[in-house]
This record gives sequence, structure tokens and C-alpha cells, in this order.
Amino acid sequence: MTHTQQVGMEFMFTEEELKTVEEIKSHYPTSQAALLPVLWLAQKKYGWISEELMKYVAKLLEVPYSHVLGVVTFYSMFNKKPVGKYHLQVCTNISCQLMGAETLLEHIEKQLHIRPGETTADGRFTLSEVECLGSCGTAPTIQINDDYYEALTPEKLDSILRSLR
Amino acid sequence: MEKLILREIPDFHRIDVYEANGGYRALRKALGMTQDHVIDEVKKSGLRGRGGAAFPTGLKWSFMPKQTAKPKYLIVNGDEGEPGTFKDRQILEFNPHQLIEGSLIAAYAMGANMIYVYIRGEYLKWIQIFQKAIDEAYQRGYIGKNILGSSFSTEMVIHRGAGAYICGEESALMNSIEGERGYPRVKPPFPAQYGLWGAPTTINNVETLTNVPIIIERGGEWYASLGAPKLPGIILYGLSGHVNRPGVYELPTGMPIQDLIYNYAGGIRGGKKLKAIIPGGSSTPVIRADEIEGLRMEPDSLRMVGSMVGTAGMIVMDEDTDMVKLTARIAEFYHHESCGQCTPCREGTGWMAKILHRIVQGEGRIEDLDLLVDVANNIEGNTICALGDAAAWPVRAMVKKFRDEFEAYIRRTSRIPVPDKFTLLEPVAAKG
Repeated sequence: MTHTQQVGMEFMFTEEELKTVEEIKSHYPTSQAALLPVLWLAQKKYGWISEELMKYVAKLLEVPYSHVLGVVTFYSMFNKKPVGKYHLQVCTNISCQLMGAETLLEHIEKQLHIRPGETTADGRFTLSEVECLGSCGTAPTIQINDDYYEALTPEKLDSILRSLR
Repeated sequence: MEKLILREIPDFHRIDVYEANGGYRALRKALGMTQDHVIDEVKKSGLRGRGGAAFPTGLKWSFMPKQTAKPKYLIVNGDEGEPGTFKDRQILEFNPHQLIEGSLIAAYAMGANMIYVYIRGEYLKWIQIFQKAIDEAYQRGYIGKNILGSSFSTEMVIHRGAGAYICGEESALMNSIEGERGYPRVKPPFPAQYGLWGAPTTINNVETLTNVPIIIERGGEWYASLGAPKLPGIILYGLSGHVNRPGVYELPTGMPIQDLIYNYAGGIRGGKKLKAIIPGGSSTPVIRADEIEGLRMEPDSLRMVGSMVGTAGMIVMDEDTDMVKLTARIAEFYHHESCGQCTPCREGTGWMAKILHRIVQGEGRIEDLDLLVDVANNIEGNTICALGDAAAWPVRAMVKKFRDEFEAYIRRTSRIPVPDKFTLLEPVAAKG
């Protein structure tokens, strides 16, 4: 889902998704508490959370748009702009740093010609530097979309990137 | 020693296997005890929180009001995010039912009819594994209405985080469940009085609750006899960094640090020498190799070298480690994760990170070292939550214990000496 595709688009959850929203709401005494789970649902469907999407979620949960904006911008995992098909999230925190995360990051930068925060021109890869992923015993670790790739070397990384090209 | 948490039984995450090995027996036993009796047993065990702060668990439970018109909540804190810490994830993957059982016992003891399990957003795989375990437990009647035929009912729901270290702080976590930004709350009031939606709430770490079934089954006194008297029981040590066998090791508390590094984790990689350790997650002050002889992973021993057990996630550094770069990375982390509410933390963490990067880039000044300590001192104790302290301690300890290395970094850098006389260059005229 690219930026241009999302602008001006009518956001809508399917009947089934709306049922899921109702089920989520039933777990909490306020509908605002369903905000994080519903944002997850929205991001899963649309890939990132645009202003229009935030407005849709705000209406759905009957909370002000300004509140949704505040929440979305607080949490690093909510994508505030479109990301590539594969989101490479490189942990560079200390245990990974000790085990060569910096080399790994540089390696990706060279291979894909992008810097953290950037997406390749073909929209295939987005690169991010992230904080501790809780994989310190199997460092260095990269999260690609939802999956962890652990105890990486540049060689292992190359074969992973090849499989995603 | 026999494993009590990371049991070496294949498919232990499956409810059939868990039940066949005595699983949910402790819950049955607890439901036959009075609520006070359960809390007393946990008090007797000496169990302390395993999330890093080591607050006595039984005491925390006893803060929950008995008579209240409001609902009561239990929150399981699985937001594991302190760098160097990767233990809770092992429990979610390999022993989810013991966590569920411990949570149910805790909920029963405090009269909580709703349990929220907050798991960090990145742990999607573990959320899925744990959700499966919850579903199994519902099917067998361990969660839900009238559990095991008793009058006790409680529900359990996973709440997925979305990437914010601060949400591991209990009051920020509650705000995150309420659908707010993860801002820590001013305390008091404490969560047991005014927690989720203003109702009595207790927040316990994943590992803490996983110990509870063991205590109920074998007795508080038995549990208290294990490990170090001031931090009794068993604990999951996470070893990472330059060791041959990194990983999570379940052992009694109070283990000698040398034993953990050289026996369990197989010593330093490549036969190199040890330089330093960070004993329990990135916020715990660094310990130099020459200080570790005889040190144990318990509060009194580590206090002697100005450190603490924290999460027991130990980061091991070999002789080639660049301590200045490491410190800069730690500072950068806390700067990134500061929620921004309190000025000393919001600004101070940024200043520390900036100064440290300046040193790394060869632009450091010798006065920067005292400046770093000064900034750290002005953050510590001046913030709503403990993130400020957590940011101040490691930087101050690094500068104190490796000052010579910081100084060498500043002095050896090839800064261009300032000439006695400046010759100003004519500005190049812009080409029209």
C-alpha cells in the first residue's frame, strides 16, 4: 500500500473486522482502551497509519482525532509513513552492538543503498534502526516484518536478503 | 538442581503435557486455601519481583483493598525491554501454562476478576503462542466462570504493546492499556489504591508470577531456603555479549558471577580476557573485571561495587570492548525512550547522548566527563518514574570506572590544534 494509494481513500473495516472491533471493546470498560488493538488491526490491513485512517479509527471508537494522533506518534511500532514490503528493523542496542550489529547495519546500507528511515526506490525494503528486541542471547538480531532473524552474520543476512528480492 | 521454570520436558507448552507433569495442581490447592493464606505463603517465600525492582511480591499483594465496590485488576507485565533482558520470552514460549497458573493464583489471592497480560509489540510470535495457551486453559475450565467448580471467576486478555520501553514501568503500562500515551503517573496514589481506570490494580512481572505455583505447591518456607536470603529462590539469568554460550540459565539466586560466566556461559569468546560486566540490564551500573572476584548475584554483594541485580540479564564484555561507544549507545537508548514528561529526563538524556557522541566523534573535551556526571546527578531522583535514574546510573558508573578510557579517547583524537594566529580565508565569491 503506497502513500498515493491511501490518500483520499475511503477507509472501512469489513463486517468481520467490525465484529473483531466489538469483541476487542468487550474486553475493556471504555472504548478508548481498544485503541491500541484497533490500531494494530488497522496497520495490519493498510500497512501504515495515515491521517485519514486515524480519523476513521477515532470515529469508530468515539475518541477525538487529536487523541489518536497523540497515541500513534508515541509508539514506535505504528508506522507514520508507508514502509516497504519488507521492513528490516536492526537492533543496535548494546548486546547486539557487542556482537556486530554495526557491521550488519552498514552491510545492509551498502547492499540496499538506503540509510535507516529510508525505503528502496522499488518499495521493497525499508530500513530502521531499533532498540533492544529482547534477543540478547542470540545477538545480533534483525526483525523483518513480524519475524525475528537471530545470531546473524553478513553472510546469513545476504542469503536472507536474496530470498526476499 | 532440578529445573522449576524452564523444565526440560518436550512440548511442555502444551496443556496435556503440563497437566501430566503436575500442572494446575497448585491452582486447585490455592482455591482450597483462604485468600489470606495464599498471600501469607507468598510472603513467607520471600519472593521478590523479577522485573528489576525486587519489591516483595506478597507485600505488594497485601496492599490490595479487601472491601471495594470497584473491580480489581491484575496485570502481568511482559513488556520485557530492558537491554540485556530476554528471559520472560523463554517463559512465554516454553512454559506459558505455569505463568497462567501463577497469574490465576495471584488473581484469586487478591480477588481480581480480570487479568490483562501486557506483552511487548515486537513479541508477536510469543503473543500467538501465549494466546494458544490461554485458549487451552479456557477450554479446560482453568480460566473463566467458576474456576474448577469454585466461586472464583476471572478472565484473561492479552494487550499488545506497540514499541515503547517506558510501558514496562507499571503506571505507564496502565495508561497504555487505557489507550493513552505511555506516560508514567505521579505516585502516590499507588496502583493498589488507584490503578487501571482508578480501580485497585497490581502489576507483576512474568517471571515473578511463574514462581507462584512452585511456592503454593512446595510451601513458602521451602522456597525461601533456596538461593540468597535477601533475594530468595530461583532466578533466570540471561547471559549475553562476549561469552561462548550465551543464553538463559535457571539457577538459584546469589550465584557467583565468575561461576555464571566461566562455567555456565563457557567463558569469554576466543579465549580473551574479561573487561567488565553489566549485571542486570542496561540500567545497572557496570562492574570492572578486577571487581568481580567473589561477587554474587545478590543485593548486598553487588552493593559493595555500587551495582544491583536488576533483571539478572548480564552483559559480558571482553578486553577489546570500546566502553565509550557502549556508553554512548546506552545513553542514546534512554534518550530515545524518555517519554518527555519530566524536563530533567527529557533534556538530560539528550544532553548525555550528545556529549557522548561528541566524545566518540573525537570532538570531546576533558571537562565533558565532569559535565556528564553533573547531568546524571541532576536527572537522578528528579523525575516521576525510574527511567531517569536508569539513564543516570550507567553513564555515571561508566565515567567513574573507566575514566582513563574516556580521557584517552578525548586526548588521542586527532583534533586540529588551534593555531596561535588565525589567518582568515577570504570567502569564496558565489558564482553568478
